[in-house]
Amino acid sequence: MLRLNCPICGPRDETEFSYGGDASVKRPKMDETDPQIWIDYVFYRDNPRGPHLEYWHHVQGCRQWLVVERDTVSHEIASCRLAREVAR
Amino acid sequence: MSRYSAWSVLTQGLRGNKGWRRAWRHPEPKPSYDVIIVGGGGHGLAAAYYLAKEHGVRNVAVVEKGWLGGGNTGRNTTIVRSNYMIEGNTRFYERSVKLWENLSRDLNFNVMFSQRGQFNLCHSTAQMDAARRRGNVMRANGIDAELLDRDEVARRLPYVDTSPNARFPVHGALYQGRAGTARHDAVAWGFARGADRLGVDIIQQCEVVGFLQEGDKIVGVKTTKGAIRAGKVGMAVAGHTGDLAAKAGLRLPIETHLLQAFVSEPLKPLINTVIAFGGAHFYISQSDKGGLVFGGDLDGYNSYAQRGGLPIVQHTAASAKALIPSLSRLKILRHWAGAMDMTMDGSPIIAKMPIEGLYLNGGWCYGGFKATPASGWCFAWTIARDEPHEDNAAFTLSRFAEGRMIDEKGVGPVPWAH
Repeated sequence: MLRLNCPICGPRDETEFSYGGDASVKRPKMDETDPQIWIDYVFYRDNPRGPHLEYWHHVQGCRQWLVVERDTVSHEIASCRLAREVAR
Repeated sequence: MSRYSAWSVLTQGLRGNKGWRRAWRHPEPKPSYDVIIVGGGGHGLAAAYYLAKEHGVRNVAVVEKGWLGGGNTGRNTTIVRSNYMIEGNTRFYERSVKLWENLSRDLNFNVMFSQRGQFNLCHSTAQMDAARRRGNVMRANGIDAELLDRDEVARRLPYVDTSPNARFPVHGALYQGRAGTARHDAVAWGFARGADRLGVDIIQQCEVVGFLQEGDKIVGVKTTKGAIRAGKVGMAVAGHTGDLAAKAGLRLPIETHLLQAFVSEPLKPLINTVIAFGGAHFYISQSDKGGLVFGGDLDGYNSYAQRGGLPIVQHTAASAKALIPSLSRLKILRHWAGAMDMTMDGSPIIAKMPIEGLYLNGGWCYGGFKATPASGWCFAWTIARDEPHEDNAAFTLSRFAEGRMIDEKGVGPVPWAH
C-alpha cells in the first residue's frame, strides 16, 4: 500500500487516489504543427527505473491533482505537491 | 546430448537415475556472435531456438542477467489462448496455439501443454453481444469459438455462482476449447535445451549494462562478463525493455507496470478448465499440483519493483469469492509480481528498430506467455531476414506515428488501463 501525503488532507492510502501517469510530459502548444512533437507527447515515455514524476488525483478526498515524485524500484515517495502549484 | 524418451526414463531408472546429464552447457562468452539475444526468458530462448532451427543461424548467444525463466516466464498464470479479434493479433496468436500444440514433440521436452479450454464469462446482454461478435470474428479466422448460454455454463461449471442473485449474474460465456495451460518453467528449459543442442550459447548470470556502438550502428553489448560483439542484437527483456532501450538511446511507447499472480494451497481437482471472470479483471485455473493459480489487474502505477501491493490482493480475493463462493476460506500460499512492459495500445512490438543492428521483441503487456513460441518464431524470422513475417508485420514501432494502433480493448494511449 502506497501512502501519499496529500498537502490538503494529510497522509492517505493509495486506494483513495486515481493514477494519472507521467507528469514530466508537457503538452505542446496548441499551434504546434510538427506531428513528431505530438506523437512524442501522446505515445512516448522515458519509463525510468528510479525517480519518476507522476500525477495522482485525490478522487475520494479533496479532488486535487497532485504531482508525486516516487521511485519506481523502491516505491519511496520523495515529494507530494499540488499540481496547480507545480505548474505555476 | 541424449534424447528424452520412455526408453531413457526406463534405463536411467534402472541405473538409479545417475546418468542424466546437464540439459544445456554453461559456456563462457565468445568474443563475437552473429546474433546476441538479450534476455533468457521464454521469448529470447525461443527466438534463439528458431534462429538456429529455421534459419540456420547457429552462431548465437542468449545473454541472461539472472537465471533462465526467472523473469516473467516464471511469474505468469500460464494461460494459453487465441481469442483475439483485431487484425494483426488474430493470426499471430493462432500461430502460437498451433506451435504450442506440437511444442513438446518438437522440443523433445514435456511442456505439459494441456488444452483444457477457457471460459470468458459474460455478465450482461452487452457483453454477450460483444462475445458473439468476437466469436464470429475468431471463427471467420479459423479459430475455434463457442458461445454458451447460462444453463450450459452452470452445467459445465457447477461451482461458479450462476444464480440471479450473484453480484455479476452470469449470462453466458465465450468458450475456446483449444485454449489451456502449460508448465512455464518447462517452456524456458525446453527452448534452452533445444537451442543449446543446435549450438546456441546460453550465458547466465551475465547482465547487459550497455551497447557497443560504432557510428549510428549497434555492434554488440557491454556485459558484466565483458564486451561481446555481434552482427545483430535482439532485445527480449519484457518489463525491462524501457530501461534497456534507454541505454541504446531509444525512447519507446512503453511504461513498466506491476502485475501480481497468486497460488492457493493445493486442493483436490476442482477447476478442470480456465475461467476468466467478466465482472472484474480476474482469471483462474488449477495447476497439476492442485493449487489454484489466479490473477487480476495491474497495480496501476509505474514500477519495476517485482512486488505487489495489498489493495490488489484484496481486490483479486474478492473477485475470486464473487465468482466461486466456495473459495472463501481458501488460503493463499504464495503471491508475487512481475514487471510488465505495457504499450500504448496494449499490443506487442516485434520489429527492427530505427537504430541499425537493434531488434526489439517487447511490449507484451500481460499476455506474453501464450505468445512465447510464435513470438520467438516471428522474432527469429525478423532478425534473420531483416523484414517481418506477415504474422508480425503489424507489430511495428512506427504504428503509433502512423495511426495503426492494435487496441484490442479500445482504451487509448493509457498503458495501465490495457
